[in-house]
Amino acid sequence: MLNQLLHTMSKKVNIEEKDQVVIRFSGDSGDGMQLTGMQFSNTSALFGNDVSTFPDYPAEIRAPQGTVGGVSGFQLHFGSSEVNTPGDYADVLVAMNPAALKANIEWVKKDGTIIVNIDAFNEKNIARAGYDSDPILEYRRDYNFIEAPITTLTQECLNDLGMDQKSVLRTKNMFALGMVYWLFDRPLTYTEKFFEEKFYKVPMVVEANKRVLQAGFNFAETIEALPRNYKVAPAKIQSGTYRNISGNTATAWGLIAASEKAGLQLFCGSYPITPATEILQELSARKDMGVKTFQAEDEIAGICTAIGAAFAGCLACTTTSGPGLALKTEASGLAVMTELPLVIVNVQRGGPSTGLPTKTEQSDLLQALHGRSGEAPLVVIAASTPSNCFDYAFQAAKIALEHMTPVILLTDGFLANGSEPWRLPRMEELPKITVPFANPNDTNYLPYLRDKETHVRKWAIPGTPGLEHRIGGLEKMDVTGAVSYVPKNHEVMTRHRENKINKVADFLPELEIVGDADAELLVIGWGGTYGHIYSAVKEIRKEGKKIAFIHFHYLWPLPKNTNELLSKFKNIVVCELNLGQLADHLKVNVPGFSCHKYNKMQGQPFTVVELKDKFIQLMEE
Amino acid sequence: MSQEIIKLTPKDFKSDQEIRWCPGCGDHAILNSIQKAMADLEVPKEKIAVISGIGCSSRFPYYMSTYGFHTIHGRAAAIASGVKVANPELHVWQITGDGDALAIGGNHFIHVIRRNVDLNLILFNNEIYGLTKGQYSPTSQFGAVTKTSPYGTVEYPFQPGELVIGAQGKFFARTIDVNIKLSTDIFIEAARHKGTSVVEVLQNCVIYNDGVHAALVDKEERENRTIILKHGEPMVFGKNQDKGIILEGLKLKVVSLTSGGYTIKDLLVHDAYEPNPGIHLMLANMKYPEYPVALGVIREVKSVTYDESVENQIKKVKQSAKHKKMNDLLYSGNIWKV
Repeated sequence: MLNQLLHTMSKKVNIEEKDQVVIRFSGDSGDGMQLTGMQFSNTSALFGNDVSTFPDYPAEIRAPQGTVGGVSGFQLHFGSSEVNTPGDYADVLVAMNPAALKANIEWVKKDGTIIVNIDAFNEKNIARAGYDSDPILEYRRDYNFIEAPITTLTQECLNDLGMDQKSVLRTKNMFALGMVYWLFDRPLTYTEKFFEEKFYKVPMVVEANKRVLQAGFNFAETIEALPRNYKVAPAKIQSGTYRNISGNTATAWGLIAASEKAGLQLFCGSYPITPATEILQELSARKDMGVKTFQAEDEIAGICTAIGAAFAGCLACTTTSGPGLALKTEASGLAVMTELPLVIVNVQRGGPSTGLPTKTEQSDLLQALHGRSGEAPLVVIAASTPSNCFDYAFQAAKIALEHMTPVILLTDGFLANGSEPWRLPRMEELPKITVPFANPNDTNYLPYLRDKETHVRKWAIPGTPGLEHRIGGLEKMDVTGAVSYVPKNHEVMTRHRENKINKVADFLPELEIVGDADAELLVIGWGGTYGHIYSAVKEIRKEGKKIAFIHFHYLWPLPKNTNELLSKFKNIVVCELNLGQLADHLKVNVPGFSCHKYNKMQGQPFTVVELKDKFIQLMEE
Repeated sequence: MSQEIIKLTPKDFKSDQEIRWCPGCGDHAILNSIQKAMADLEVPKEKIAVISGIGCSSRFPYYMSTYGFHTIHGRAAAIASGVKVANPELHVWQITGDGDALAIGGNHFIHVIRRNVDLNLILFNNEIYGLTKGQYSPTSQFGAVTKTSPYGTVEYPFQPGELVIGAQGKFFARTIDVNIKLSTDIFIEAARHKGTSVVEVLQNCVIYNDGVHAALVDKEERENRTIILKHGEPMVFGKNQDKGIILEGLKLKVVSLTSGGYTIKDLLVHDAYEPNPGIHLMLANMKYPEYPVALGVIREVKSVTYDESVENQIKKVKQSAKHKKMNDLLYSGNIWKV
C-alpha cells in the first residue's frame, strides 16, 4: 500500500501548495454524500488538518431522483492553519448528476475544479435538473471539469462479484471519494478500515467498497487530464489528543460528563425531531454507561418524563427543535414553578411551524427567553461551535443543578450536524458541580426555604425518610411551599423567581472583546455564527482596520459587564440568522443601546465574504 | 442490622393541609380508602410518590403525607413514568380524573398502559368537569345536558376499561367511591400488581353531576345492579345471590338462578388472570340496566414492566461496555495526538 502510494505520488506534477481547501460533495439524497464527506473529513483530521464540516441536505429522505430539490450536499473546509468555518465557496465540487451541479454551481469558486459523473449527464437527467442543454458546455469556460464515467467504471469494477445492480450502484460514491483522495494525497486506509469494521458481517460489501474506492483513486491517477493537484500540509494546532465531533454528539457527551461529575443518574425524555434526534440516539446508545433514555409518545411527554425524573433526583434533560420547544412550553413553566433542575436542548432550525427542518436558523431566541405563560424566567445559553456544544451542555447542566432551574441550551442545525476536530478534555479538568441537596437529617425541611445568597431552594429526593413534601404548579407559600392564594405572597414569589435567575449572573464568565478596544465597529453575535463572524473580523484586522467582536454565549441572564462593554462603542452591528432577536433583547436590557442589524433568513449560515462586505461598508459610512 | 417494621395507620398518611373538596364529594371517600390501603401495604411513606394532573381529583397529593407532585393538565402519566423509571424503588400512584386522563391526557394514558410502567393509576370518573364548573367530559353519556351541551351532547363516551384493554392493559379494576371496603381491597391489589394498574372509581360530583351513579349506589337495589367479580368465583350477584352471568354464543347473558333452570354450575367463573382479553372486555363494558355493572378486579395479567426492562437492559449492556467512565468514552475510537 505504502509503496503504491509513493509510486503514485512520485508521478504527480504541478503540485499546488494550498493553505486551505473547501470541497463540496453533492448528489441525490441516497447517493451517500454525507458518508463520503465524513470519510474525507475524518481522513483529513487524522492527517492533521484542521477541519470544519457542513452537511446540507433536504428534509425528504429520498426526494425525487435527479431533481434539484433532492440534492444532498456535504461541504468541508480543511487547512494547514486554523479553520473556523466550513468555508464559503468550494475549490472542488463533486457533482454526481446535473441536479447536483445546478444546486451547487453558485458555491464553486471561479476556476474551481468540478468532478462530474458524466454517465449521469444524459438528456433525461439534464432536463430533470431544469437545464435546456448540457450545462458543462457552458460552464467549461469558467471551471475545470473532470468528466469521469463513474457509473460505468463502478459497474465494470464489480461485474465479477455477482452483486445486484442496486448494491453495485450504491458504491459509486466511493469512486468519487477515491478520486478526491488522490487529488489531495490522502491515504485510503481510514476508509478501508471503516468498511471492514462496519460491514464485517458482509464481506462482499467490504470488498466492493474497497475495490471501487481504489478504482477511483487509480482512475484519477491514470487520467492525465487532472488539471491540478493540491497539497495541504498538516495544521499547526495546539498539542493534545483530538477527535472529530459533531455538535449533537458533543451535546450528548457534555450531558453525560455533567452527570458523572455531579454523581447523578442522567435521564433524557425526548421525542425524535430534526435536527435534534442524534442527541437522543447517542444518549440511547450510552445505556452502556448507565444513561436512561425514554422515547416518549410526544414532545410534551418528553419534557414531562424529564420533569418527573428531576423530581425523583436525576440530572434530567429533554432535547428538541423549535416546534417541539413550543409544545414543551407549558411543562417548562411547571419546571420554573417547582424550581427543579432541567436541561432543555433546542437545536434550532428554520421556522415558523415545520419551516425548514434540515436548515439552520437562530429564530428561537425570543421563544426561549419568553415563551411561557406568566412571569417565568429561566436561564438561556448558547453554544457557538460543534465541539463547544460539549462545554455548554455541561455548563447548562451545572447551572440547572446548582441553581435549581430549567436551563435552555440553544444550538442550531449548523452546529448539530457540523463537525470539527476537538481537543479532548479530561474529566479531572472540568469544574465541580455542587448539588444543593436537602440535608437528609433535616427534621424541618421546608421546600421553598432559600439560600440567602443564591435564592436557591434545597432539593429533597423521594425515597429519603423525613423529607416528604409536596410540590406542584399552583403558587406556593414562601418558605413552606404550601398552596397559597395570598395576593402579596404571589408578588414575593414572582420576585424570588426573578432574583434567583438574575443571581446566576454572579457565577457566569464575563464577556470578552476580540480585537481592538478603539475599533470603528463592534460586531456582536451569538450562538452558531461564531466561526463565520470571527473569520470575517480576523480577515479585516489582517488588513489593518480596527474592528472588535463580542460573542454572547449567555443570553439570560446577561453577563455582568454587558452594559459596561457595549457602552464603549458607538458603531455596533448585531449579526443574526433571524430578524434581529438579540438586537431587540439587548435594546430592552442595555440602557441606551442602539445598533445596526445584519440579518439573514435563508436557512444557511452567513458567508465570511458577505459579513466582511457588510462590516467594511459600516466602517466606511 | 435488623429492620424494624413500623406499623402504619391511615392517619400516618394524612398531611396537615386542610381538605378543600366540596362536602359530600366522593373524593373524600377515595382519599380514605387509599390511605387505608397504604397502611395495609406497609410501604414506608418516603417510598411513595403521588403524582396528579389537574382537576378536582388532582388536588389529592396535597392531602397525603408522602412525596407528592401536583403537575399540569393531562400530563401526570408522563411525569409519573419519569419518576418511576428514574427510581423504580418508589411506589408511584397517579391520581387523575376523566377529563385529565381521557381528554387532554388521552395520549399519555394509552401509552403508559402500552408500556406497562409500574404505576397505580386511579381514575376518578364522575363524567363531568367539576373544577371548571360543569362541562361535559369524554365519559359523559350521550345526550348529557351540561353547561357546554345545553341541548345535550352529540358525542359518545369512552369506556375507560375498553380503552385500557385496547391499549394492551394488564390490570383493570372498577370500584365505587362509597364502598370503602371494596375500594381499599382493590387499591391493595392494584398496588401489588406489577405494571400499570388502572382502577376506575365511579365517583359522585355532588355539585355538578349529583347522582350520576345513583342507580349503582341505591341501598335497596345496588346488589341487583352491580356484580363484584372475584377471581376463581362464579359470576353470581343479586340481593339474594339469585342471578348470574353466562356466556351464550358470543355474548354475556344475565340469567336467573331461581327460574329458567340455570344453576350456579352454569355460570361463568371469573378468570382475571386470563391473558386473552375477550371476556374481560365484555365484562368491563357491561352497562346497567341490561347488565349489572362489573366491580372488582376485572383483569390482572402478569407481564414484564417497562421500568424493570430498562433496568435489566442497562445492567446487561453495562457488563460488556467498552467504556465505563466518561474519560474512556472521550478517548475511544478515532482519536489522534498532535
